[in-house]
Amino acid sequence: MDNAHMNLTLKVWRQKDAKTAGKFETYKAENISPDMSFLEMLDVVNESLTKTGAEPIHFDHDCREGICGMCSLYINGHPHGPKRAITTCQLHMRSFTDGETITIEPWRAAPFPVMKDLAVDRSAFDRIQQAGGYISINTGGVPDANAIPIPKVVADEAFNSATCIGCGACVAACKNASAMLFVSAKITQLGLLPQGQPERYRRVQTMVAQMDEEGFGNCTNTGACEAECPKEISLMNISTMNNDFLSAKLFRQEEVHEVQHEG
Amino acid sequence: MSLDAKVPQGPLAEKWSKHKFNLKLVNPANKRKYDVIIVGTGLAGASAAASLAELGYNVKAFCFQDSPRRAHSIAAQGGINAAKNYRNDGDSVYRLFYDTIKGGDYRAREANVHRLAEVSVNIIDQCVAQGVPFAREYGGLLDNRSFGGAQVSRTFYARGQTGQQLLLGAYSALNRQIHEGKVKMYTRTEMLDVVVVDGKAQGIITRNLKTGEIDTHTGHAVLLCTGGYGNVFYLSTNAIGSNVTAAWRAHKRGAYFANPCYTQIHPTCIPVTGTHQSKLTLMSESLRNDGRVWAPKTVETAEKLRKGQIKASDVKEDDRDYFLERKYPAFGNLVPRDVASRNAKEMSDEGRGVGTTGLAVYLDFADAIKRLGEETVRAKYGNLFDMYIQITDENPYKQPMRIYPAVHYTMGGLWVDYNLQTTVPGLYCLGEANFSDHGANRLGASALMQGLSDGYFVIPYTLGDYLATIGPKPVDANHPAFAQTKADVIAHVNKLLALKGTKTVVEYHRELGNIMWEYCGMARTAEGLTKAKGLIAALKADFWKNAIVTGQNEEINAALERAGRVADFIELGELMVTDALMRKESCGGHFRLESQTPEGEALRDDENFAFVAAWKFMGENQEEELNKEELVFENVHLAQRNYK
Amino acid sequence: MSETKQTFNSSLGKKLIMALTGLFLCTFLIVHLGGNLLLFCKDGGYSFNMYANFLTHFPPIEVVAYILYASILVHALYAIILTTKNRKARPIGYAVATKAPASWSSKNMGLLGSILFVFIVIHMGDFWYKYKFTNTVAFKEYRTNLATGERTEAAYTPEKADFEHSQSFDGNTEIIRVKDLHARVQESFSQLWYVALYVIAMGALTFHMAHGFQSAFRTMGWVHRKYTPIVEFIGTWFFGAIIPLGFAAMPVVYYFMK
Repeated sequence: MDNAHMNLTLKVWRQKDAKTAGKFETYKAENISPDMSFLEMLDVVNESLTKTGAEPIHFDHDCREGICGMCSLYINGHPHGPKRAITTCQLHMRSFTDGETITIEPWRAAPFPVMKDLAVDRSAFDRIQQAGGYISINTGGVPDANAIPIPKVVADEAFNSATCIGCGACVAACKNASAMLFVSAKITQLGLLPQGQPERYRRVQTMVAQMDEEGFGNCTNTGACEAECPKEISLMNISTMNNDFLSAKLFRQEEVHEVQHEG
Repeated sequence: MSLDAKVPQGPLAEKWSKHKFNLKLVNPANKRKYDVIIVGTGLAGASAAASLAELGYNVKAFCFQDSPRRAHSIAAQGGINAAKNYRNDGDSVYRLFYDTIKGGDYRAREANVHRLAEVSVNIIDQCVAQGVPFAREYGGLLDNRSFGGAQVSRTFYARGQTGQQLLLGAYSALNRQIHEGKVKMYTRTEMLDVVVVDGKAQGIITRNLKTGEIDTHTGHAVLLCTGGYGNVFYLSTNAIGSNVTAAWRAHKRGAYFANPCYTQIHPTCIPVTGTHQSKLTLMSESLRNDGRVWAPKTVETAEKLRKGQIKASDVKEDDRDYFLERKYPAFGNLVPRDVASRNAKEMSDEGRGVGTTGLAVYLDFADAIKRLGEETVRAKYGNLFDMYIQITDENPYKQPMRIYPAVHYTMGGLWVDYNLQTTVPGLYCLGEANFSDHGANRLGASALMQGLSDGYFVIPYTLGDYLATIGPKPVDANHPAFAQTKADVIAHVNKLLALKGTKTVVEYHRELGNIMWEYCGMARTAEGLTKAKGLIAALKADFWKNAIVTGQNEEINAALERAGRVADFIELGELMVTDALMRKESCGGHFRLESQTPEGEALRDDENFAFVAAWKFMGENQEEELNKEELVFENVHLAQRNYK
Repeated sequence: MSETKQTFNSSLGKKLIMALTGLFLCTFLIVHLGGNLLLFCKDGGYSFNMYANFLTHFPPIEVVAYILYASILVHALYAIILTTKNRKARPIGYAVATKAPASWSSKNMGLLGSILFVFIVIHMGDFWYKYKFTNTVAFKEYRTNLATGERTEAAYTPEKADFEHSQSFDGNTEIIRVKDLHARVQESFSQLWYVALYVIAMGALTFHMAHGFQSAFRTMGWVHRKYTPIVEFIGTWFFGAIIPLGFAAMPVVYYFMK
C-alpha cells in the first residue's frame, strides 16, 4: 500500500444558487491520503475553506457506502469518477496520481437544475416514480407471500433491475441527458413479476408520459448509461420498456394519459 | 414517577388482538378531516405515511434528503426476520418473541416484542405484494437463511441489499399516495421543533433546506420516524446526515428519552485509516461463519505488523491468538455482536491491535479457502470481499481482513407506550427512533422488521384511537404556541449563525465522538463516565463560543445544518453518559466493567435494574429527571446469557 | 386520433418512427444493391437500363418508391426533431466531455446521417430527377434478334417530346427504346470527385449501419439474449460491410475501367 500523500489541483464548479451563473474555481487539495474517499478529500478542502471563513463547496452526499444514491459528482468526464460500478463516495484517492488536476462538475441536464455548486435537484425522478412506479395495493389483505411462486431466474432478473439507486448517473452520462435507463429499470422490475402484471401496460404509459413532461432527452442506444451506472443496470431494460410501450399503444384499448405538473 | 405503558391485560398472545378491538375507530367520512404529520421517510415513516393515507387521513411527510428513497434504511444489508416457519424448522411467533427478548438481554417490554413477532409474518406478505424481489429458490418459493446466530432460518433477504429493496417498496407505496394527493411530500426539509398546544402535539416547525424558510405545519398528530442517533459517536455506520435533532427537540418539549446508553456496536466493520475518516462501513456478520478472528499473541509481533515490517501471513500459527475460539469454545467466532466487539477492543487496548492505527484485529479466511476452495469462498462472500478490496486496496484472499467494531444501531430512543405514543399526547415515535422493542441489544435482521411493523401494522390502528378521542376539529394555527415555537427556532438558528470562532463544527463532532467512544463505548466505568460528563460539558461550552458556522440562513447551508445537529448530539451525549452512569449493571450493548461475571461476561442486576430509564428534560443545563418503567416478565424466565 | 398522435409525439413514439423508417430503408438497401449489380453485366447497359425503366414505370413499384422517399424525409426530419430535443435536455454542457465508453458511430449518428442525406440529394438529383423529370438523359434503342439472341444498340432520338419508352417487334426482332441511364452513370463515375463522394458516403453508411441496425431492434424492443448477437452481427457485417462495399465498388470499378 502506498501511503505517500498527494497534492492535487481541483477545478470545481461553484454556483451560488439556481438563479446565479456559475463558474469554475481552482483549489489546492494538499496532503491527501490515498486511503481517503473522494468525498473525504472534499471534506478536507472544505474544512480548510471554513477556517478561512470562505464558503465550503456544497455537494450532495449521505450514506457514503454506495447505496443511497445521493452523491452525484461528475469527475474528469465520468459520473462518479473513472472507476466502474461504484458511486462517488466509494471512489478512493488512490485512483488518482500526485499532482493531478481533477475537474468536478455537477450533473448536467435541464430537468436536473443546479441548486448550489455541485448539488442538483433530482425531484424529476421522484415525480416519474409517483406517476406509476408501484403496484396499487393497500396495506393489509394481501395473499400469503408464498402463494405466488416466481421462478428464481425471474426474481433474480427483477432484482437486477430493482437495484437502481436513482442517482442519475445515467442521465449525466447520456449525450442526450436521457432518463430512460432509470425509468425502464422500474418498469422492467415490476413488469417481470406476476404482482406487477395488472398495471403493466398502464404503468409504462404513465411513467413515460411523466418522463417526457420533465424534459429528458431521448435514448439513442449508445450505452453510456449502462457503462457508467454504479449498479450496472443493463441496457436491456430500455428495450423491455420500449416493447411494453409498443404493446400498450398498439394493442391496449384502455386510454391512459396522466401527467403530473410540477408544483 | 412511574410510567404507564398502557399494556393491555390478558394472555400475551391475545393482547394485540384484544387491544385492536378495544381501540376506537375513526369514521371513514371523518378521516379526511385529520392531518397527520410524519417526520422521516425511512422504513417506518414511509410505511406509516402510505398506510395512513390509504386509510384516508391527510398526511404531510417530511425528509431532509432530496428524496424519501435516500433514507438510511436503504443501507441495511442482511435481511428481515419473520416467524413464517416456511422451513418447518421449529420457528413460531413465540420463538421469535423469545429470541428477541433474550437477545435484548431482558430489557425489552414483553407485550411489544410479542406484537412485533406476530405482525412479522404480515410484513413479508405485504412486501412481496409490492413487488419486493426477495431471494427465491428454484421451486419459486421464498428462500430463507439463518442470521446472527439464530437457530432457525427465518431471515428473508434480497441479496445483500434487503434494506434497499424494502425501502423502495415502502417508497413506492408512498409515491402512490403522493400521486393520489393524499400525501404531501416535503423533501429537503428538516424538522426543528414540535409545537405543543395545551399539552398536545399539534404541529412542527421546519426549515426548508433549499431556501432557509422557517415554516409552521399543523397536524392533529405528529409521528417521528427519524431513525437512530449513532452519529453521536461521529464515526458510525450511519449516513452522514443521520441525526437526533427531531427526537431531541421533541425531548426538550416534553417527550421522555428512554435508555439512551443502549448502543449496538457491530464487530465486523472496516477499520479506521486516519482522522480524515468520515464514516465506517459494515460488512455482513455472516463473514464470521467461515472467518477466524485472531490477534498476534505478543505486543512485539503486533508492533512489527503495525509498522509493516512483516505481513499477517508471516505470523506463525503459534504466535497467533484466536481469542474468540480460546475464550468461548462452544460458540467460537459466532459469539453475539457485543461479545465479539468487546474482545476486539480488548486486544487493541492490550497493544495487540494491528493495521497502521492498531485499531483492528484479523478475520482470516485462509482455513476456509483451504477447506472449501477459493471458488466456494468467492461464491459465498465475493461481494463483501470486493467491497473490502475497494475500500482498503488489500486482497482478503491472500491476507486476512482487518476488522474493528463500529457503532451501528441505537436501541434507545424516545419512550413510547404500547400505542407508540410518547409522553406528549399526539406525539408518536416509530422505528429506530423509539426505544421499544430491542431492549439492551438488537438481534440481526430485526431492525427492518420493527420499522415496518410500526409503520404498516401498528400505527394505523393505534393512531385512530387517539384521533377519535380528540375529534376532527381543525388545529388552530393562530394559537400563540405556534408563533412562540417558531420564534424559538429562529432564535436558535441565529444563535448558531452568530458563531464565528476558530474551530469547525466537524472538529467538535469528532471530539465528541472520541469522548463517547472512549468512555461510553464498548466498555464503561463509573470513573470514565464521570470524566466524560465533564469533558462534554466543557466541549459544549467551547462549541457555543468558538465554533465557526459559515453562510446565512436564506440559502442552502450545509454548515448550518451540521451545526444544529452537532449541538443536539452534544446534549444527547451528556444524557447518554448520565444514563450509562446510572445503570450500574451490564446488559446487552451496555457493558459496565464493574459488573461482570468471574469469566468477564456482562452481569445483569435484575433486582435493581429491570426497568426502562426514561429521562425527562428539566431545562437547559439542568440534570434530567429519571423516570422508571418497571419491566414485568410474565412469560419468560430471566437468565444469564452464557456463550462459553 | 388524439391517442395515436400522443403515441407518436412521445419520446418513445418518435424513436419508434426512427426505427421503423430506418429498418424500411435497410430493406431498400438490399433491393437497390441487387438491382445495381446489373451495372456489372457486360451487355452495354441493357439489363441496367431495362431495370431502371421497369422501376420507373411499374405502378406498384412507384408507390413503394414514394413511400421510400417519404421514409427518408421522415427519418431525417425526426432525426432533427429528436436532436433538437436532446440538445434542449442539456443546455449547459460539460467542461470535460464525457469519457463513457460508447461506440463512435453511436455518438455520431447525426453527422453520419447528414453525410448520407447530402449524398442522397446529389445522387437522386443526378440520376432519379434527371431521369424522370428532364430530357437530359439520352435514349437508346436495343434490337434483339429473338431467334439468335443477338443484340445491337444505337442511339435513339424520340420524335415526340413526351416519349418515355417503347417496345415493338419488327418480325423476329424486338425493338426496345429506353432512356440510357447507364451512359449517365458511366459519365458520372468517370469523375474523381463523384467517386470520392460515393466512397465517403458509403463509409458513412458503414458506421450508420453498425449502430443503426441493432439500435432499431432495441428501440422496437426486440431484444433477446440469444438473438440480439445475431442482429448485431448482421448489422455490422451485412449492412455495415457487404452492402456499402458493394455500392462503393461500382463507381470505383467504373472509374478505373473508363
